[in-house]
Amino acid sequence: MLDVSIAYEKYKFLGYEFLTWLWFMSETDQEYLRGLNAEMVSMDVGNRLVVENRKSGAVETITIKGDDAGLEEARLALKKGALVSEINLIYKAGDQKWQFTVKGESLHLTALKIPETTPVGVVQSEEDWEGAVLEKTYLYEKAIMLVRQMYGGFVKLRIQNEWSNRIVPKMKSWISGSIG
Amino acid sequence: MGILSASVSITRYKVEGTLKSPVMEKVLEGLKHNTIADIDQEPVETSAGWTSTNQPFFPDFEGSSFVLGPHFIFSLRIDTKRVPTKVVQKYVAMETKKKLIESGREYISREEKKMLKDHVINMLYRRVPAVPSIYDLIWNHETGSVWFFSSLKGANETVETLFLKSFNLTLVRLFPFTSALYDADLSDGQKDAVMATTPTSFMV
Repeated sequence: MLDVSIAYEKYKFLGYEFLTWLWFMSETDQEYLRGLNAEMVSMDVGNRLVVENRKSGAVETITIKGDDAGLEEARLALKKGALVSEINLIYKAGDQKWQFTVKGESLHLTALKIPETTPVGVVQSEEDWEGAVLEKTYLYEKAIMLVRQMYGGFVKLRIQNEWSNRIVPKMKSWISGSIG
Repeated sequence: MGILSASVSITRYKVEGTLKSPVMEKVLEGLKHNTIADIDQEPVETSAGWTSTNQPFFPDFEGSSFVLGPHFIFSLRIDTKRVPTKVVQKYVAMETKKKLIESGREYISREEKKMLKDHVINMLYRRVPAVPSIYDLIWNHETGSVWFFSSLKGANETVETLFLKSFNLTLVRLFPFTSALYDADLSDGQKDAVMATTPTSFMV
């Protein structure tokens, strides 16, 4: 087993490739993603996308923010060798919505907002508190499970020949604008 | 950042190792031995320890209050005192002058100056209230997973150290490599394949 800090640095590219693949899949094949997460109605890029290009030694970062921001500039950066380092996702299951940002390097979930639950102001007794925590825990688990399932699906694909033979050429076509 | 906040950050961990039975008692013991120590009247800069999630300023783990369904829920509290450098400088200058007047000397030695500074810092730390930072934690003992409600480097490092000290269990942070190895249900062959991967170029 590698030292943890060495493994963190050496394989963080897997996190960047995962998020790039996730963006690609959200635009081109949500059916495949639903195969990994049966409850999914949709999954789309939300209000934040960060791409980083580390190819030239220095790190160039482009951040796209805003609810209806165009992602053309980020796609252009991918053409030049950048990868997604952070992505905000909107995940819908049933009639509920989760929104959160995933960081490629660490797989941290940040700015996680879950579907509306009992307002915190209403929580007064010990019983209320336990109920509110259980409700929130259940809903956090949905977002965590989603990322686990997506990452598990990605990793299994990533180690097959299919990755370089079929997926990478498709992603390149999508990056260049021929599909999507 | 707390479980009940409107927006949260989560770092995921896998718990490595097994707690000896009886599990609940072992967890309670670890929590009680490492409960946050109050430093408000103490000449101490920082203190870190466990506290109760529902009443973080009154830690109490009795009566299995940290158990909720299959989860152990408690919080890391880090209390920190901040004394601005300029305040320290001001008091050192005042104390130095007082000492010179009292002793009738024109200067004090380097050693005396250091002792004066330490005395001033201790005095100020006793006076300044600690600022608490609270980070909730959910530990699912059955699945061996921990969700820590912060992605701050310092808080993550503290929780990893305190968890090991309290329960003799290691928290393995789930980042891309460790997630693939511990959390993606891969066979040994697939894990070897992950270790052999190299970056893909998507340049067109």
